[in-house]
Amino acid sequence: MKKIISPLSQKDILVLRAGDEVLLSGYIYTARDQAHKRMLENLGRGKGTRRELPFDIKNAVIYYCGPAKTPKGKVIGSCGPTTSKRMDAFTPFLLRKGLKGMIGKGSRSKDVRMLIKKYKAIYFLAPAGCGALISRCVKKVRPVAYPDLGPEAILRLEVKDFPLIVGIDAQGRSVYRF
Amino acid sequence: MKSIKAKKIIDTVADLCVKANCVLRQDLLRKLKSVYNQEKNIRAKKALGAIIENARIARKEKLAICQDTGLPIVFVELGQEVRITGDFKKAVLRGIELGYKRGNFRESIIRDPLQRGKPAYKGAIVHIDITRGSKLKLTVLPKGFGCENKSQLKMFNPTAPLKEIKDFIVNAVKSSGADACPPYILGVGIGGSADYAGFLAKVALLKNINAKRTAFERDLEREIGKLHIGPMGFGGKVTCLAIKIESYPTHIAGLPVALNLSCHALRSASATL
Repeated sequence: MKKIISPLSQKDILVLRAGDEVLLSGYIYTARDQAHKRMLENLGRGKGTRRELPFDIKNAVIYYCGPAKTPKGKVIGSCGPTTSKRMDAFTPFLLRKGLKGMIGKGSRSKDVRMLIKKYKAIYFLAPAGCGALISRCVKKVRPVAYPDLGPEAILRLEVKDFPLIVGIDAQGRSVYRF
Repeated sequence: MKSIKAKKIIDTVADLCVKANCVLRQDLLRKLKSVYNQEKNIRAKKALGAIIENARIARKEKLAICQDTGLPIVFVELGQEVRITGDFKKAVLRGIELGYKRGNFRESIIRDPLQRGKPAYKGAIVHIDITRGSKLKLTVLPKGFGCENKSQLKMFNPTAPLKEIKDFIVNAVKSSGADACPPYILGVGIGGSADYAGFLAKVALLKNINAKRTAFERDLEREIGKLHIGPMGFGGKVTCLAIKIESYPTHIAGLPVALNLSCHALRSASATL
């Protein structure tokens, strides 16, 4: 099983194929529906609004996840992936800005798949519905932006050996056959 | 006349929330283990293994099985010989809030569906049925929305052939693909009205998934099996762990069919007072 680090390096991504199992370590950012919407709104507006994304998106990995609350004595609560498709509309923009990797569950639109190919990015699948299992891979959590969104706030997670499967590789191939 | 205090209801509902979200249903766990043992596709088997291991960790460490601790749906069967002291509905909702807080579950409910806003615990759905006798049965089903989003309703013509209904259900699963955490459990409501069919489909998810199947349920399972979506979408034998159908009388002009899809983490817990 290949071990890779986030922020991602282009070299690491290019050798991966749809269906490969990898262990991801490093920093990833949680963002789901409302965080995506807000990131784009903030950037799209005119004078006076912040025109930057709340974290350095270059080679970054976004994890489509809104964790449960953190129980006492734990780093994080249950934190599995949410349905990626709902983020498809926002993804092209983020890929253009330098986003390299996404982690979620389920398939993506054809548009997104083609853009993943164009930008030589990658889409990973996390064990869906296994939030308790995944919580063990999270070593540190730091709030980054939008705390008013509650569980949809952007967090930076430091993960170690997060078990993933390549869902769409940099050549635009998908692991799904249906 | 039996008397039950509101406080007792609060405590019971709170306990049920924690149990439902942290302890996978026994019927489901048994089924998952049996399909794990039969699975030959390596990737699918690994996915099933992760699901079973996740349930073990959740139970042991009192973590939510899934971070989406759902929209809590409460089913109440209130015996007509029971007298509740205090505010019954408030007690149920208070119990939900307390249980979700205690379990460190996710605040997933927003007050205004259009304005959205900050999520909280308030807004559980409560179905109340009056029954005979002097028992109060409470059931909590935390419904995750990745799969709830894939639910469908169709009002068929009363003369529609069975095949049309079958195709509708199979296509609903097909279009869900791997998005809603397969292997799935399907609740199907047939008959009643548009709203009641949807209710029946949800109620169907409470049935023992290993109970004897009807010919129609078996038939559907076979058809859905041919989709080869499999655990987490990796192919293999099992796309659907069970199909449960509930039916009810309907009007001569109609044939409502509702489908409520559940992910592999179908959660519910009941208690009788």
